[in-house]
Amino acid sequence: MRDGMVSRGLRNFGMARSVIVVFLVYLLAHAFYLGLPMGQLFSSMLVRFGMNGILALAMIPTIQAGMGPNFALPLGIICGLVGGTAVIELNLRGATAFAAAIVVAVVLGAATGWLYALLLNRVKGQEMTVGTYFGFSIVSLMCIFWTLAPFHNKEMIWPYGGTGLRNTITLKGWFDRILDNLWSFRVMGVDIPTGTLLFFALFCLLMWMFLRSKTGVAMTAVGNNPRFARSMGLDVDRYRLIASVVSNALAAVGMLVYAQSFGFLQLYQAPLFMAFFAVASVLIGGASMKRITLSHVLIGNFLFQSVLVVSMPVANVVFSDNMSEILRIIISNGIILYALTRKEADAA
Amino acid sequence: MNFVRKNSVPLFFVALCGTGAYYSGLGASFLLNEIITRLARNSFLVISLIIPVLAGMGLNFGIVLGAMAAQLAYILVVNLEFRGFVGVLSTCVLSIPLSVLFGWLTGILFNKAKGKEMITGIILGFFANGLYQLVCLTFVGWIIPVRLASMLLPDKSGAGPGIGLVNTIDLRSVQYSIDNLWKIRITMPDIRNFCAWMGWDVTIPPSIPITIPVGTFLIIGLLCAGMYFLFRTKLGQDFRAVGQDRTIAEVSGIAVDRVRVAAIVFSTVLAGLGQIVFLQNMGNLQTYGSHVQVGTFAVASLLIGGASVARATVGQALLGTLLFHTLFVVSPQAGKNLMGNVQVGEFFRVFISYAVFCVALALHAWRRIRDRNAGDE
Amino acid sequence: MILEMRNISKDYAGNRVLKGVNLAVEEGEIHSLIGENGAGKSTLMNVLFGMPVIRNTGGFTGEILFDGRNVDISSPKEAMKLGIGMVHQEFVLLPGFSVLENVKLNREKTKPNFLSRVFGKKMETLDYPAMRRDVRAALDSLEVSIDEMMPVRGLPVGYMQFVEIARELDKSKIRLLVLDEPTAVLTESEADTLLGAMRRLREKGISILFISHRLTEVVAVSDHVTIMRDGELVDRLSGGEADVERLAELMVGRRVTESVRERSVPETGAAILSVRNLRVHMPGEEVRDVSLEVRRGEILGFAGLAGQGKVGIANGIMGLYPAEGDVTKDGRAVPLNNPREAMNAKMALVSEDRRGVGLLLDQSIELNIAIRAMQTQGKFLKKIAGLNRIDAAAMRAHAARMMRDLDIRAGGEGQHTRRLSGGNQQKVCIAAALTLSPDLLFVSEPTRGIDIGAKKIVLDLLCDLNRTHGVTIVITSSELAELRAVCDRIAVIYEGRLAGIVPWNASNRELGLLMAGAAKDGRASERGAA
Repeated sequence: MRDGMVSRGLRNFGMARSVIVVFLVYLLAHAFYLGLPMGQLFSSMLVRFGMNGILALAMIPTIQAGMGPNFALPLGIICGLVGGTAVIELNLRGATAFAAAIVVAVVLGAATGWLYALLLNRVKGQEMTVGTYFGFSIVSLMCIFWTLAPFHNKEMIWPYGGTGLRNTITLKGWFDRILDNLWSFRVMGVDIPTGTLLFFALFCLLMWMFLRSKTGVAMTAVGNNPRFARSMGLDVDRYRLIASVVSNALAAVGMLVYAQSFGFLQLYQAPLFMAFFAVASVLIGGASMKRITLSHVLIGNFLFQSVLVVSMPVANVVFSDNMSEILRIIISNGIILYALTRKEADAA
Repeated sequence: MNFVRKNSVPLFFVALCGTGAYYSGLGASFLLNEIITRLARNSFLVISLIIPVLAGMGLNFGIVLGAMAAQLAYILVVNLEFRGFVGVLSTCVLSIPLSVLFGWLTGILFNKAKGKEMITGIILGFFANGLYQLVCLTFVGWIIPVRLASMLLPDKSGAGPGIGLVNTIDLRSVQYSIDNLWKIRITMPDIRNFCAWMGWDVTIPPSIPITIPVGTFLIIGLLCAGMYFLFRTKLGQDFRAVGQDRTIAEVSGIAVDRVRVAAIVFSTVLAGLGQIVFLQNMGNLQTYGSHVQVGTFAVASLLIGGASVARATVGQALLGTLLFHTLFVVSPQAGKNLMGNVQVGEFFRVFISYAVFCVALALHAWRRIRDRNAGDE
Repeated sequence: MILEMRNISKDYAGNRVLKGVNLAVEEGEIHSLIGENGAGKSTLMNVLFGMPVIRNTGGFTGEILFDGRNVDISSPKEAMKLGIGMVHQEFVLLPGFSVLENVKLNREKTKPNFLSRVFGKKMETLDYPAMRRDVRAALDSLEVSIDEMMPVRGLPVGYMQFVEIARELDKSKIRLLVLDEPTAVLTESEADTLLGAMRRLREKGISILFISHRLTEVVAVSDHVTIMRDGELVDRLSGGEADVERLAELMVGRRVTESVRERSVPETGAAILSVRNLRVHMPGEEVRDVSLEVRRGEILGFAGLAGQGKVGIANGIMGLYPAEGDVTKDGRAVPLNNPREAMNAKMALVSEDRRGVGLLLDQSIELNIAIRAMQTQGKFLKKIAGLNRIDAAAMRAHAARMMRDLDIRAGGEGQHTRRLSGGNQQKVCIAAALTLSPDLLFVSEPTRGIDIGAKKIVLDLLCDLNRTHGVTIVITSSELAELRAVCDRIAVIYEGRLAGIVPWNASNRELGLLMAGAAKDGRASERGAA
């Protein structure tokens, strides 16, 4: 009886999750054994947890609405980047800059999410494939924008000759670490990025409230069973649209939070693969292509980012320099493949 | 009107290529040369996508694995210092078992993700790329021994060979060994003198001879004939039956899962051979880059030719390759002349190769809805 | 005798669906097999063809003789080898393939070539000329002029049927052909052509087992008729003895219906709902033209055979499938094709497709019960800072009350509905519909897929709702017995039209004729509807 409960508990926790937990514990032990600075390691685990959180959170609306993970995340991310570059161009600084960037990003994210949903509602059943390639094509289209857009701020454009914005724009002096440093403190050698964590918590709370609102429940019904939703007069396309709008706006905000921790805005090809890491992190947390909860996001985001943070120094000491990057690709895509091939109880 | 509507995608790209060619200012003979080279180089890869489409599995983004098999075979052949046509031939022989293995695994994976083959293929490509890097970057020279020290990255101290394959592997020893089997050159008449004589004040770049790798084209022709033949065999009929309706095929006693695996194995093997043709023309192997875009470019080419996720022909593959690569050649120059920036053309080209996928799928969905409405009346 | 099935019995997990059935088909005859839905015809055919579903559920008892020899048919392939072929109700055709390719699907004739000698039979070339000859011969024996190279897509439905039959004929040495409701999808003239083809096959010595609900066709074409009811053999008549009225009576039978409910048939009642010229485009259950009135306070039943359209009516009124016509509730017109308007008119539906439409399988019982009322009537919500938030406490309390009242057995209000038994799922559906506080409730197939004990509970529940809460109820059901047990009136639907409305205690013959579409012209029974 007891044995049954243990194995069932393990199954509920999920194979993938268990493997990753074991892997993480091993990595931490190894790091300790190698004498790496553990305090620093834990600090960066917390920072990465906070800075990637909202991007992972953006997966909730689309999965709930039955559109699968939002592989078109780069669309929202780029809106965040546009917000970021716009405030720098306007020479805003500090909290004002960050707030203004978020406003711009949210508006753009929501608008583009709306347009994107018009496409998605035409290709039901192929959302993931179309999303991936839509994300890619937006990234390359925006490359043209970064090259041609009339930005003038000297800190953003190439210093000598060349047209367009730089690949990487430093945020030092603009809104670098503005949340990380807010109310941050140090305990037992670990820096706590209070602002970032609180900001993420705020968005989790908002998401929780959204999911338990009338609209949120309707969206869940649409995702669970479109025929059920239609039978009570819900407009399926409309709720898919709402999901896309919310997800993209979150991605835009998420990008800015990410950037303030990271310290740079990375343009051009940089957002290309960011969706996959966000998708992988929620899947590790136990989400599937059709079902996701807040706890999946929290657990998954923590596990995935922690593994990356800890594996980097460990792998680089033990193996070659590229090892951690390769590991990241294998883990994140491996987990998505695993989720794609897992049999799911069909809603229909 | 019907013709226009049916062929809207290829027609749009014909117009785009025409405009691009006009603004690029490239000479006709140069353009022709480039296009012929690229057609010879890429057609094989694009054609390898057809079988899974007809077997109802959509566009096989998993052909990246075939390309990897080809590259691993090349690496082995270079390491063994085989040269010339023998080198290419042994690469083919070596690549096939690898491709079959990769294709078989891909097929099994796709059977577990029915209806989601395309996204699975895309992610599988990324995943396999990770494993490929793991092998080439950390295992080679460490676990896997290498004969030629020149193939390994230098050690950190710079003293000797370290771990991992170099970024570029020289394939000059086998370059053009298929193309050179039979090659003809046609010299276009130089019309500049004629223009000067007529007193026209036009600047036309000098004409260069056009090289046609007839041998490669013969092999592609052979492949097309092979495809024609395949779809007149029992196996080909099974592919089509499974592609139309999995359930009915199953009920009729066709082993659907095995047929689907066979389709992917065929596709992967052909993609491997296609990548061999591609690389023997290029003359060098970007160890970590040559295969990455193979899937995207091939898929984009096929779609530009007017194919959909459910329908594709050899003709569409060839037309699509022609158009896509014409765009490839002309867009940087056209971008420079129009926007004053080479990069813009480059970005535009990448944008097209991604965007065409979304557009084609949306058009397909739209057409399906329209057909259904028409059917109701 | 070409086929004799003797004393066949079969049960599914204790539920006996065949009770010692005998079937004997003579050489070169057309033998009809008739019975209501659920009479056991399909199970009998599954036994004959050795379908896996029979073996996987413990096999059957009894013996099968084919051509006088005792045979053990353990797979459809073996049945085919013996020369038994079947044309299914649903077409097994690939629309993009030509007629020829469909007839020869997975039985293609091939020629070896140089590659096939290396890689095996799969690489052999298709031999089109030889296949053309075969297919032409099969089609010619049916005397139909279809171009065998035409794609099946675009053929009229009747021709698709011929393609299916041609495929069976083309299989080697066919002796017995089973046609499962072949005329159900055909127009009258197409059906005539088919009957003609059947007669020609009989002349060629091929025996035909004809399963049909169209009694006139059965009478017209049969040499013998076997009638089944409730898994039992009722009678075997020769063609001469069979007439439509007799068959109808035998088919519906004299079941003793224990009266669940005391009835006081309201002779005249005010109409709560009136339906005029309703058309509903529901695939497989098309409603062509139905006009009727539902009286306030009654329980009305929709009866009819599968595919005749009875299921489409409630779905059409409630806006689940595209519909046209006029629907008036309490004297006010109800807009069609709009589920919300239908619900606003105090109507609710318990769908026949419980798992597909009726439930959110991966959500809690409480949400399933509450969500429709929440989304359409704003119940179970509270405003916080201008936002509509779920009132979880109210939702839980309501669910708890419903679960107690309806006796829903589950681990708690939070349990997901996927794990519930069929009966409990059905009760959740009813609870959800009641939460909308309707005064007119449509219930489709209330007892389908539910075990016997739960069936009675569900029916009692409906009667109770009607009696104590005054809810008018419209039940759509394939089980005539259950309609007789609870309804005041029974409306029979045939070919998408109202065949007649009769009181619950109408005679078997009357009901059987209505269901088989054989009521005399111009005398469509209107006794109960006066």
